[in-house]
Amino acid sequence: MTRTHDDRTGTAPDGLDARLVVDRGSFRLDVALTVAPGEVVALLGPNGAGKTTALRALAGLTPLTGGHLRLDGAPLERTPPESRPVGVVFQDYLLFPHLTALDNVAFGPRCQGAAKSEARAQAAEWLGRLGLAEHTGAKPRRLSGGQAQRVALARALATRPRLLLLDEPLAALDARTRLEVRTQLRRHLAEFEAVAVLVTHDPLDAMVLADRLVVVEHGEVVQEGSPSDIARHPRTDYIAQLVGLNLHRGRADGHTVRLDTGPAVTTAEALSGPVFVAFPPSAVTLHGSRPTDSSARNLWRCEVTGLETHGDQIRAALTGDLPLAADLTTVAAAELDLHPGAVVWASVKATQTHAYPV
Amino acid sequence: MTSTTKSDAATGALRGGPRRRRVRPGGGRGAPLPLLVPALIGMAFLVVPLVALLVRAPWRSMPEQLTSSEVWQALQLSLICATAATAVSLVIGVPLAWLLARVEFPGRGLVRALVTLPLVLPPVVGGVALLTALGRNGIVGKWLDSWFGVTLPFTTAGVVVAEAFVAMPFLVISVEGTLRAADPRYEEAATTLGASRFTAFRRVTLPLIAPGIAAGAVLAWARALGEFGATITFAGNFPGRTQTMPLAVYLALQSDPEAAIALSLVLLAVSIAVLAGLRDRWMTAG
Repeated sequence: MTRTHDDRTGTAPDGLDARLVVDRGSFRLDVALTVAPGEVVALLGPNGAGKTTALRALAGLTPLTGGHLRLDGAPLERTPPESRPVGVVFQDYLLFPHLTALDNVAFGPRCQGAAKSEARAQAAEWLGRLGLAEHTGAKPRRLSGGQAQRVALARALATRPRLLLLDEPLAALDARTRLEVRTQLRRHLAEFEAVAVLVTHDPLDAMVLADRLVVVEHGEVVQEGSPSDIARHPRTDYIAQLVGLNLHRGRADGHTVRLDTGPAVTTAEALSGPVFVAFPPSAVTLHGSRPTDSSARNLWRCEVTGLETHGDQIRAALTGDLPLAADLTTVAAAELDLHPGAVVWASVKATQTHAYPV
Repeated sequence: MTSTTKSDAATGALRGGPRRRRVRPGGGRGAPLPLLVPALIGMAFLVVPLVALLVRAPWRSMPEQLTSSEVWQALQLSLICATAATAVSLVIGVPLAWLLARVEFPGRGLVRALVTLPLVLPPVVGGVALLTALGRNGIVGKWLDSWFGVTLPFTTAGVVVAEAFVAMPFLVISVEGTLRAADPRYEEAATTLGASRFTAFRRVTLPLIAPGIAAGAVLAWARALGEFGATITFAGNFPGRTQTMPLAVYLALQSDPEAAIALSLVLLAVSIAVLAGLRDRWMTAG
C-alpha cells in the first residue's frame, strides 16, 4: 500500500525521516535519523548500543513503541514488514539454502506479484549487474562469502526498495575478502539512488562506505557528522578509541585547558569555555626520567598499565596524571624498559594537540 | 501387544541409526563385562523374537497364506488407513507444530503436554476416549450424527481417526523439534522481501523443514500401521471394513497360528522397508 506514493504531500521531503523509540524496560533506544535519497548513512556503535534494534525497527521486524517513521513522506509506523518498500541485507545474509542464487533473488519480485519467468529475468539482470552471472544456478552453500554477500545485496535490491538496510555487511567475511568486497559495496551503494542505512561496529567500514556517520551508544545518538569530521573531533571515549585519539575534556582559558580530571594541557588553539582536547598516540613522547631539556609544555608522570603491538609499533596504555595511549617503536620500548608498572614521563607538544568546543 | 513393542523398537532404531553411524565406537574389545553382558542380553532380547518369527514361518504354505483374500483385504485396509491417517496428521499436525514452535500464547506448555499425551496414553484408553467424544452418543459425535449424518465408530473412517489420534503426536513432536532448530530469521528475511507470513511459511519454512516432516510422517505412518488398541476399541474388528493387519494377526493367532506368523512376517517386511527408506532419505537430506 505504501509502495504507491499517492499519499505523499507535495511539500514532504523525500528520503527517510525517523525517530525510532523502542522501549524494552531495561533498554531504551531513542534515535533520530534523517537521510536524503542517495545518501549512505552508517550507524556506528559498540555491540549492544542498539544499532541492530534500530535497523529492525526500520524494517518493521521490531515494533516501535514511540516516535515516527516516514519514508518519502509516507508514514510507515503501522505498515507490516512485507508491505514496506525496504530491503534488508542481513549480517549472515540468510540466503534461503534450498533455493538457487537466481531463485533467491527472484523471491522478492515473485512476492510482489511478478510471474515466475518475469521474476527470474529480473533476478538474472540483478545478478549480472553485481557480477554474478556465472553463479545464478548455485545453491548458497556453494558460494564464497563475498559472492553470498552480493547475492544478498541483489536479493534486497530486486524488490526496488526506497530504503536499503545493511546489517554489519562485511562482518561475516575474512580479512582479505573484506577489503575487496568493501570496495565493491561502496561502488554499488554509490549507484543506489534511494536511502541506504548501514549498521556497523567497524569504523573503517563506516568511513569507507558511508557519507555520514551517526554514532550510537547506549541507545542514543552521541555524535553525527561526516567521517572526517568525526575522526578529527571525537566527542566520546568510544569514538576517540575507534579513531585512535587521546581525548580529554576540560575548560579552556586561552592556550591552557584545565582538564576535568585536574591536570592542564597547553594547546595550539586559544579558546574559552568547555572544550575537548584530542591528540594522537603518536604525538606522545615517553621518557624514562623527567626530561630537563624538553621544549614540550605538557609533561605528565604516568605509570604503564598495558602494552600491545599496534602495527609495527608498540602502543602503551598509561595512567597517572591522566589516562593516555602512547605509540613508540619497539626499540624505544626496549630502551625505556617498558613493562606494566614502570613509571615514565609523557610529553606532548602543544602544536600536536587539537582543541575544539564541546 | 506385539504391535506396541515392534513400533517402539522401530522408533529406537530410527533415532539411534544415524547417530551410531557417525560416532562409530572402536569395537567391543575394550567393553567392561558389567556393560557388555547386559548389552548382549538386550540385543538378544530384541533380535531373538524376530529370528523366531523367521524360523517358525510356514515357508511352504506361505504363498497360499498370503494370497488368501482375507489377508489381502486386511493388508490393503491397513495400508490405506495408515496412509490416510498420516495424511490427516500432516494436514492438521504440521500447522499445530508450527503454532507450538513459533507463536507465543498463554498455556502453550499445557497444550504441548496435552498434544503429546497420546504418546504415553495406553491406546485402549485412547479408543475409549474417542468413543466418548465421537461415538454416536459422544459429546461431539452426537452433533456429527444429527447434523451431518456422519457416524465414525465401527467404520473404516473410524479406523483412520483412531490411527491418526495415536500417530499424530509422533509427527507433531518431530516437526516441532525441526522447527525449533530451524532459524526463524529466514521467515523474517522472507517478510522483508514482501512475503506474507503464510507465504514465508509455505515457500521458505516448509522446504527447510521438509526432512523433519518426512521423518515425522514415516514415524506416524509406521505407528498407524501397527495400531491395535485404539482401533479395536473405537472401530471394532469387522473383516474388510475395520479389520487391519494387527487385528487380523491377533485373531488368526487364536485359530491358525501359522497364518498369524505369516501375517506378522508381512508387517515385519513393511517395517524393515520403512526403516530402509527412512535411512536413505536421511542420508540424502544430510
